[in-house]
Amino acid sequence: MGAIGVIALNAFRESLRDKILYNLVLFAGLLIGLSVLLADLSITEHHKVIADMGLAAINLIGVIIAIFVGISLVNKEIERRTIYTIMARPISRASFVLGKYLGLALTLFVNLAIMVAVFLLTLWLYHVPIQLSIFQAVLLIFVEILVVTAVALFFSTFSSTTLSAIFTLGLYVIGHLTADLRTLVANSESGPIKSLVDLLYYLCPNLDMLNIKGQAAVGIAAAPEYVILASLYGVMYAGFLLTGACLVFQQRDF
Amino acid sequence: MDDIVTDNLTKSYASGWPGRPPFVALDGLSLSVRRGEIFGFLGPNGAGKTTTLKILLGLVRATSGQAYLLGQPAGDVAARRRIGFLPESPYFYDYLTAEEFLGFYGRLAGLDRGAITQRVTDLLGLVGLTEARTRQLRKFSKGMLQRVGLAQALIHDPELIILDEPMTGLDPVGRKQVRDLILSLRDRGKTVFFSTHILHDVEMICDRVGIVMKGRLVASGRVDELVRQDHTQSVEVVCQQLKIEGNAFIHSLATRVLQQGQQCLIVLPSPDAVDALVGEIRRQGGRLLSVTPHKASLEDLFFQEATQQTSLSLPHMTGGRAS
Repeated sequence: MGAIGVIALNAFRESLRDKILYNLVLFAGLLIGLSVLLADLSITEHHKVIADMGLAAINLIGVIIAIFVGISLVNKEIERRTIYTIMARPISRASFVLGKYLGLALTLFVNLAIMVAVFLLTLWLYHVPIQLSIFQAVLLIFVEILVVTAVALFFSTFSSTTLSAIFTLGLYVIGHLTADLRTLVANSESGPIKSLVDLLYYLCPNLDMLNIKGQAAVGIAAAPEYVILASLYGVMYAGFLLTGACLVFQQRDF
Repeated sequence: MDDIVTDNLTKSYASGWPGRPPFVALDGLSLSVRRGEIFGFLGPNGAGKTTTLKILLGLVRATSGQAYLLGQPAGDVAARRRIGFLPESPYFYDYLTAEEFLGFYGRLAGLDRGAITQRVTDLLGLVGLTEARTRQLRKFSKGMLQRVGLAQALIHDPELIILDEPMTGLDPVGRKQVRDLILSLRDRGKTVFFSTHILHDVEMICDRVGIVMKGRLVASGRVDELVRQDHTQSVEVVCQQLKIEGNAFIHSLATRVLQQGQQCLIVLPSPDAVDALVGEIRRQGGRLLSVTPHKASLEDLFFQEATQQTSLSLPHMTGGRAS
């Protein structure tokens, strides 16, 4: 196994022994359970409420874990000085960054799998049809989580944990708004504003592209080409950020 | 070529404020460590020991100068395969058991599963942690962490072992074990480079030492050579049945006179006055018990250098270079 794999598996083992993640997954289970209660309160569209709330809970918890574990992934190693003995080994700094990222990605995948299993069980128990659209939405949630993790990791390579959290949350919000902003200013006569929004649109991740929860909840599947392209976009964006993270990390003093 | 070579190594950190001079952590440090020797890197806290070690391992980049380990530039990934490192007050993944911890570092070093199993068993035995092999590191004492850290540095049987304050946090038994371990490594042809501020450790086991003060190497060489260089020896004379009070001659020779019951301790500043003192003791009817030359210690040299460097602190802050 290469150095990246060793680092990744160790990062995965670390998260398995961290009880906070279990609590968050448990919380996701409670949120899914809450969706059933809310569905009972609604007059119609019981199925939609359960599916919508369930997907939102999975997304929310996944993003929370991605941000808060992602920002401390590298910083914690530096602050606790565990990085000294690792960087004294025959591994490159890029391998370390990629290994940590893949370890967290594996953790997020397992967490997501558990949350999705609880969600599907809930859908089955309440006779909500389990359609392709649900799986498409879950796939894009995972891609979004991968992007957010890469954003958090990128910021954490050159800023403090607190600043990384603020930057990542900010980029997450902007990432969901850029498409709407662009539509809003499309007819604006102000050139600088249009240029600024265009810059934001192309620079920030277009996370709204990865959000098909609304249509998935009512059973409308997205075109396979769309899901593939959106996934590719997310993976490429994460790769772009990881390259940046490796380059920045390469220059750091510990 | 020597196992460690640094040439005019300098590291400065920007102050962060315009107009304020940078902080100079290392100031033209040049040293070499020969293959198969134990080299003690001595200096007070903040002298630049850890910075030097970090540059050697590629954790920090030097502002200027060169550093080579095992013939490769410092930080070279391939060279690190042959180096073991224990940082100061090591913090490790405390969620791992001792066994998992050493296995992790073994895999990072590229060892196969069979070799790891064997090395983990051997090393845990060597550092006296066999009983704790399945215990998580969070339940380890400071001394146990230091010992498992040493095992981690040795997991891949490296040629060069770099230790940052390896005796810190250890009780006298633990310190002796570490000293013995370092000596056994040298016996097996390994090179050991360790930093410390504990002079006793250095005097006991090092072949050569380097003294660093405020980022500069102020002395380097064999311990006996260093302490012999320009240090006069004092002599302690112990005698009995001698009435010392009122003896102006003895008081004029000695730097210190102590009378305890029948016994009297007279400290002379140099061996030159021994004959005169012994003659006087005999004339006064005293009985000579012992004459002990007191060799100047590394501690004396260390404090002498520290005092000198304190008076030179102003040029250092402005980036002045060692002459």
